[in-house]
Amino acid sequence: MQRLLYVSRLIDRLNQRIGSSILWLILITVLISGGNALVRKVFQISSNALLEVQWYLFSAVFLLGAGYTLLKNAHVRIDFVASHLSRRTVHGIEIVGIVVFLLPLCFMLIDLSWPLVLNAWVSGEMSQNAGGLIRWPVYLLLPVGLALLFLQGVSELIKRVAYLRGVLIEPNDDGGNSEGNAAESEINAHALTASKEIR
Amino acid sequence: MIMLAHNFVPLLFAGLLAFLLTGFPVAFALAATGLSFGLLGIELGLFPPVLFQALPLRVVGIMQNDTLLAIPFFTLMGGLLQKSGMAEDLLETVGQVFGPLRGGLALAVIFVGALLAATTGVVAAAVISMGLISLPIMLRYGYHRTIATGVITASGTLAQAIPPSLVLIVMADQLGRPVGDMYAGAMLPGLLLVGLYAIFIIVVAIMKPAWVPALPIEARIYREANGASGHVSLLVLLVIAAAAGVGWSQVHSDLVGHWLDRSDAAPGDEIVIFSLAIAALTALGLALLNRGLGLKFFSRLTERVTFVLIPPLVLIFLVLGTIFLGIATPTEGGALGALGALCMALAKHRLTKKLLVEALDNTTRLTAFVMFILIGSTVFSFTFNAADGQAWIGHLFDKLPGGTMGFLLVVNALVFVLGMFIDFFEIAFIVVPLLVPVANALGIDLVWFGVILAMNLQTSFLTPPFGFALFYLRSVAPNNDTTDRITGARIPAVTTAQIYKGSIAFILLQLLMVAAIIRWPGLVLDQIDAAPAALSGQSLHLPDAVDINGEDDPMRDLLEVIRREQAATHLR
Repeated sequence: MQRLLYVSRLIDRLNQRIGSSILWLILITVLISGGNALVRKVFQISSNALLEVQWYLFSAVFLLGAGYTLLKNAHVRIDFVASHLSRRTVHGIEIVGIVVFLLPLCFMLIDLSWPLVLNAWVSGEMSQNAGGLIRWPVYLLLPVGLALLFLQGVSELIKRVAYLRGVLIEPNDDGGNSEGNAAESEINAHALTASKEIR
Repeated sequence: MIMLAHNFVPLLFAGLLAFLLTGFPVAFALAATGLSFGLLGIELGLFPPVLFQALPLRVVGIMQNDTLLAIPFFTLMGGLLQKSGMAEDLLETVGQVFGPLRGGLALAVIFVGALLAATTGVVAAAVISMGLISLPIMLRYGYHRTIATGVITASGTLAQAIPPSLVLIVMADQLGRPVGDMYAGAMLPGLLLVGLYAIFIIVVAIMKPAWVPALPIEARIYREANGASGHVSLLVLLVIAAAAGVGWSQVHSDLVGHWLDRSDAAPGDEIVIFSLAIAALTALGLALLNRGLGLKFFSRLTERVTFVLIPPLVLIFLVLGTIFLGIATPTEGGALGALGALCMALAKHRLTKKLLVEALDNTTRLTAFVMFILIGSTVFSFTFNAADGQAWIGHLFDKLPGGTMGFLLVVNALVFVLGMFIDFFEIAFIVVPLLVPVANALGIDLVWFGVILAMNLQTSFLTPPFGFALFYLRSVAPNNDTTDRITGARIPAVTTAQIYKGSIAFILLQLLMVAAIIRWPGLVLDQIDAAPAALSGQSLHLPDAVDINGEDDPMRDLLEVIRREQAATHLR
């Protein structure tokens, strides 16, 4: 078990590092997109490469960020039934969900998207727009992002099994929040506490 | 087996519901249900074995979607604005302007709520700032609890109804309509809703004056040396600014037309935006002169109001102005807004690296979970479409009496009830796509439909048991009795029941607005023609929401050709 927990910690660290790196891509995308609008208006020039790199970066954020988001338990859940169940039951459900659904899902999607990457690599597929970008790097984000999600699934699985065995006290206590809305996680945590008080 | 095949769609939904209720993340529940039922269907020989072959391409289509790129931009903008202290400045100053009136504090909350809503689309930030700043003042001077809490939560949710809101972006994507059209259509109903709130407060002030008392003299902080409140001078400046604006609107067409060598009249929205800008600049210029030269012509209150109103107005221009004028696409408008908010937070020295990272981190998480719900619902839709689910849904609504009206009533009731339990992202991504073909078949205009639903989805923030605006207020409202530090009086805690009760009147007002839009479609539709015709053609982006990767879309090839030609001409 300890060895598995070590693996889980390694995965957590990997996704944590990726998460704290990709967030800067958002700032870069904002600068490119805003700058693009200004430059086009003022100098009447435009570049397809600059337009396309925006969705490349956007895709990188949400695909590579999927595992990180799972690590932070920020994928939104409908938990008004689950919140009445015991912690053990909730973790049990989570284990079944990860093993039976999440991991096979990631595996299938990787399997489906891999040929796309290979094709684009072999054929050197380019954007159809003049001055557009080469396609395989952005296609590659798909299997890579899903692989990160897969890994995080494995890590969450280990942590939950450890919890059920009494090895780990409570997995995923770092600022977990279930509803989005761009509030700070602190605020969400407050609101969540409030929601529990209300119930 | 045959029974299974016959009831495939109902079983699919039952499976989805069961899975969602386990509390497994929505994105994965959707995808997993779609995938397992799809494999089951393939096993049973109902679907072709290559069912999911096109899935990666569809996901690439989602990645390319320029409309959805606006989601992180507006989220980041909201996060940065929260740090910039704009909401606090506004609430304090506008509270002083309206405070001396009965019901004035509540009106100030509504007005500021509308201003915040027009700059960004984030509910949490608005409710929390108001709960921290306005609620204590209202409690101190004896506002009725129900009114105080209700007006705060409801004004916070205006962020959903007034452009640029995330709901409208997501809705535009799901309905396949341009975001610019959704914004133009939602503007008037949003402003009317603000008006309804204000009228409600005024009625309360007349019927039950004790519920909404005015600020006592000692609580008015911007006083002149001679004891005057400074309202007269504010009124004078307002009149001057308005005169400048109206004056400009008369000559704008000629002046600008001459300057740009344009022969035809300027479009209406351009005139409105420029006139407002001239009015604001006039006010700012006069206030600056007054301060710089020490003229004392305008009161302190007037100066303060002018300076505080400038940042939100600049942001509104950066976002909505550029979109309506056709300078920027809605996505670029979001980026400009985020840049503006960034500059504002920097200028006020409120932005540290830690805060920036926090805002970016929240944006990353929100973007990932929203986009994965969309991917999940795409996987689900493969199985759903293969099972001919649309026909099944269509049959359900066939049996409804009342045609279009019956459909709209049932849909709104459904969305209202669902809104109590799940939030708008899930409703928009799961429920709305199921309804679009039926709405299309009934000949319902999808922009109108989208605005109705967006207005209705606002209630999901206010309806128990899962109204998130209520939770946000609960988290900052006093939980225990406190002694007020200014009056020294005991102030009882705000109970959860008071917060719930407070929202009821405003939920009714929102539903009234939904009914009004249904009754008078012109509220939405008349605004669209006048709107951003300039958008297409000015940029490389074609109307964003047309999904060029959609399967069997006859427009697809045509669009691709136009896109290429356009790109070519731009680069020449």
